[in-house]
Amino acid sequence: MSENVGTIVGVSGNLVTVHFDKPVTQGEVGFVRTGEIALKAEVIRIRSDNAELQVFEDTTGVKVGDPVDFTDNLLTVELGPGLLAQVYDGLQNPLPELAEKTGFFLQRGMYLKALDREKQWDYTPVARQGDEVTAGDTLGTVPEGIFAHRIMVPFGLTGSYTVAETTEAGSYTVDQMVAKLRDEQGTITEVTMVQTWPVKVPIKAYAERLRPTEPLVTKVRIIDTFFPVARGGVYCIPGPFGAGKTVLQQITSKHADVDIVVLTACGERAGEVVETLREFPELTDPRTGKSLMERTLIICNTSSMPVAAREASVYTGVTICEYYRQMGLNVLLLADSTSRWAQALREMSGRLEEIPGEEAFPAYLESVIAAFYERGGVVKLRDGGLGSVTIGGTVSPAGGNFDEPVTQATLKVVGAFHGLNRERSDARRYPALHPLDSWSKYPGVVDTTQVAEARSVLHRGNEVDQMMKVVGEEGTSIEDFVLYLKSEYLDASYLQQDSFHDIDGATHAERQQYVFAKVNDILAAKVFFPDKDSARKWFLQLTSVTKDWNRVAMDTEEFKQLEQRLDSMLAEVSEHA
Amino acid sequence: MHKVYHRIEQIAGNVIMVRAEGVASGELAQVVGTLGVSLAQVIRLERDKVSLQVFAGSRGISTDGQVRFLGHKMDVSFTEALLGRVFDGSGQPRDNGPALDENRIAIGGPSVNPAKRIIPRKMVRTGIPMIDIFNSLVESQKLPIFAAAGEPYNELLARIALQAEVDIIILGGMGLKHDDYLQFRDTLEENGALSRSILFVHTAADPTVECQMVPDISLAVAEQFALQNKRVLVLLTDMTSFADALKEIAITMEQIPSNRGYPGDLYSQLASRYEKAVDFEGAGSITILAVTTMPGDDVTHPVPDNTGYITEGQFYLRNGRIEPFGSLSRLKQQVNGKTRDDHRAVMTTMIQLYASYKETLEKQSMGFRMSAWDNKLLIYGERFEKEMMDLTVNISLESALDLGWRIMADCFEPEETGVSSKLIEQFWPAKAGTAGKETPDEAAADETQAAEKAE
Ligand SMILES: Nc1ncnc2c1ncn2[C@@H]1O[C@H](COP(=O)(O)OP(=O)(O)O)[C@@H](O)[C@H]1O
Ligand SMILES: [Mg+2]
Repeated sequence: MSENVGTIVGVSGNLVTVHFDKPVTQGEVGFVRTGEIALKAEVIRIRSDNAELQVFEDTTGVKVGDPVDFTDNLLTVELGPGLLAQVYDGLQNPLPELAEKTGFFLQRGMYLKALDREKQWDYTPVARQGDEVTAGDTLGTVPEGIFAHRIMVPFGLTGSYTVAETTEAGSYTVDQMVAKLRDEQGTITEVTMVQTWPVKVPIKAYAERLRPTEPLVTKVRIIDTFFPVARGGVYCIPGPFGAGKTVLQQITSKHADVDIVVLTACGERAGEVVETLREFPELTDPRTGKSLMERTLIICNTSSMPVAAREASVYTGVTICEYYRQMGLNVLLLADSTSRWAQALREMSGRLEEIPGEEAFPAYLESVIAAFYERGGVVKLRDGGLGSVTIGGTVSPAGGNFDEPVTQATLKVVGAFHGLNRERSDARRYPALHPLDSWSKYPGVVDTTQVAEARSVLHRGNEVDQMMKVVGEEGTSIEDFVLYLKSEYLDASYLQQDSFHDIDGATHAERQQYVFAKVNDILAAKVFFPDKDSARKWFLQLTSVTKDWNRVAMDTEEFKQLEQRLDSMLAEVSEHA
Repeated sequence: MHKVYHRIEQIAGNVIMVRAEGVASGELAQVVGTLGVSLAQVIRLERDKVSLQVFAGSRGISTDGQVRFLGHKMDVSFTEALLGRVFDGSGQPRDNGPALDENRIAIGGPSVNPAKRIIPRKMVRTGIPMIDIFNSLVESQKLPIFAAAGEPYNELLARIALQAEVDIIILGGMGLKHDDYLQFRDTLEENGALSRSILFVHTAADPTVECQMVPDISLAVAEQFALQNKRVLVLLTDMTSFADALKEIAITMEQIPSNRGYPGDLYSQLASRYEKAVDFEGAGSITILAVTTMPGDDVTHPVPDNTGYITEGQFYLRNGRIEPFGSLSRLKQQVNGKTRDDHRAVMTTMIQLYASYKETLEKQSMGFRMSAWDNKLLIYGERFEKEMMDLTVNISLESALDLGWRIMADCFEPEETGVSSKLIEQFWPAKAGTAGKETPDEAAADETQAAEKAE
């Protein structure tokens, strides 16, 4: 190993300036040695013979003159079996193992291997000796929880290779050789179950990228019916604090119809991750009957953890997603919150004294955000299979105002916008997506004409509501008033959902189709009332029955009874009555 | 053993610069000026140029002043002897007691490993229905009171502190008026709580830099007690003064401000303090109740705005009452499912009805005719404000829930509330004459009331 050691000449917060003599690469990882410890850092700017590094740790105690070891490697993650069910920090250190070593507090300068080195995996070879392979092709598989985890030709190998040797089926650790590959020059490369990959470079070992067209069912009615997400699509959830961004991501992580969920807690509360961390192992995944944790991976770089590692955390997350996509799986990345990562960029840009853009964010903010969301997508693999990475990011706009740089940059690149609204969350109308402002370009699970009709009821009901604020109820015709009540009914009984209720909290696609058709019948019905008070009373009661209906399982007698009750209530006020 | 430097090359704001070698980032130094000795902390290194932030401010420091580096970072003595004592922001006694020097612990230590946290699950009862029913406070929660200047936030803070079942109370005062500090101390003393309290107080008259140290010093001590299995409540008032102190230093250091002069790392700075709130797996806990005054009563001001994104909810104090809208306890779900079956339903329904009442008020103010429904809401809203929202109300959660049902039953028909039929059956108070489904006593009380009304 050729030693490349630089010397600290300046320290400002977590930015250090390092004088170097041998070549240094932009993005290269270096370790700042101070006393007994070495702190991980990344080169972010080079000016003549000085490199500036952002340190992923607290720099207290660092002195001018301290040595810095350059590694000649970009910031990478380890990919291999055993990633699932893990809880990592932003640099892929397993937090539970860190806790065993250092107790209650995180200690700086402590880095552990991401994957278990002792564990034995049951390896079944797939590729045969003599097969022609390229990067991303499957060499063999190991069972990881409910999946057949593919051990692939490392993505970093370019060109074509011949399988020179494969091991027998059997138990191996991740570091043991499973195949030898020969390139055209005859050079042999040994392959193990682990490979590393630089986090900021997308993995592209697939045949082609496709357009996202399959709905990703979240079981949240307002999303799946009105503002759907597609497998391989990208969407954002901006909202002021307390509007329900995190809760929405938590319920999505439980119920979403995907193979794997990667949760990236980026610069937000530790407590929220702890809920997931402690609850998921106890919850069963209805799709598999296994623990929900088996399909989940948590990257946890919460707000009091090192700021510079926030950026790393979202890239670590998306790289792991791309890795599993290569196995033909559907993966969902939930990032909470992308604004914290943007703020970390802003802090660093400020320290570098770059010319600031709007609200002091760096000028390259937009392109960084766009490049990140571009990593989502559906791909056709070379074996013909499909895989997808869907990305959902929350945005935390300052003052709850969507006219700020991070929200605006994000809106330019996503396919669906779930705008959470303060008035709706104040009125406890959860999930607080704004039904008129939100949008989606993806196809949903419910008949589109029905959705269009319902949306028109919402629009017109809202117009009546606005008008009533001026002319009062007495100045409103009973027809308009009923229209307003219909939109309120749609809101209360369908758009709103009790996220913490076993049944109401997760409405599968068939149920959405069934219930939405019924709600639509009610919206379309011509109903008559002697006066406004009786209309209001009838709708309140209808809402209450529909809510009860939402709370019972679909295959029960009670479900049928409540449905009949709705029908008979409707018959009482319809024109045929 | 530590070298002394005599040439201060630059003095700007509270930051001085000397040329020195072998100095560590974050290290403490002693600076001697004409007005006395102060601590200072290294905040930037650039070759041999060392920038230090002087705790007592730079007034009285001359270019030939003395700077002696101490070789360690900011610390505080941790001992039982802290209890009942009052200190300033740099840990020096403010009362007449002795200075403490044993067992020094570093402040501003590393973050807790999330894997060592547990899900908070113990409700902190306050006797205030707006908290207990609608936004339950939970042990290990971090929660600020958002208020305009002039609201009785410190009184509310003190009241919750005294009513809460905790082992230790730590007050971190920042920019406090001297009177307010004395009031705090006296209230704790009168209620016999001073002996389990520690006060770190920076008053408006003290140097700004010391204001910045208050949260770290308070929380470092809290952390040690929590590790010894104690339940610690930390009161931080006023975090806006803390943020303003950060702003001052950022501007002195010529950092590019991000929003209204505040530095771009305001969020991270606030978060690293608030995130010290914790329920340790296998040890005690830290609960943080803070005050964030809102300049111009504007919640989108950077300090309350960033705070709201960090804390686990907030209580809005307006016109001496905790506003139901905007107030939020994010941890309430952890506890309000285990109190009483009707807790969540009462919470949601009463707020929805109160929201409708507010709409009706708006209509009324515009001179629109009131419908029968509006009239019901008007009666409801007034009772809700008087019997639930008023801060003088001091009743148990259970009585408050009963009261909630009674108010609703007096104002509405059951189905008008949207409460599920199952809960209505179980909890809806009986009207006069019919047998109640509550406990016999309360049902009897109900009947008497109804009977009185009938007369
Ligand atoms: N879908 C929901 N159902 C019920 N309550 C909700 C819902 N979403 C949010 N809340 C309430 O709002 C609080 C804040 O939600 P959270 O997701 O943490 O907000 P954000 O992440 O936008 O700041 C939660 O603690 C909960 O009390
Ligand atoms: Mg959140």
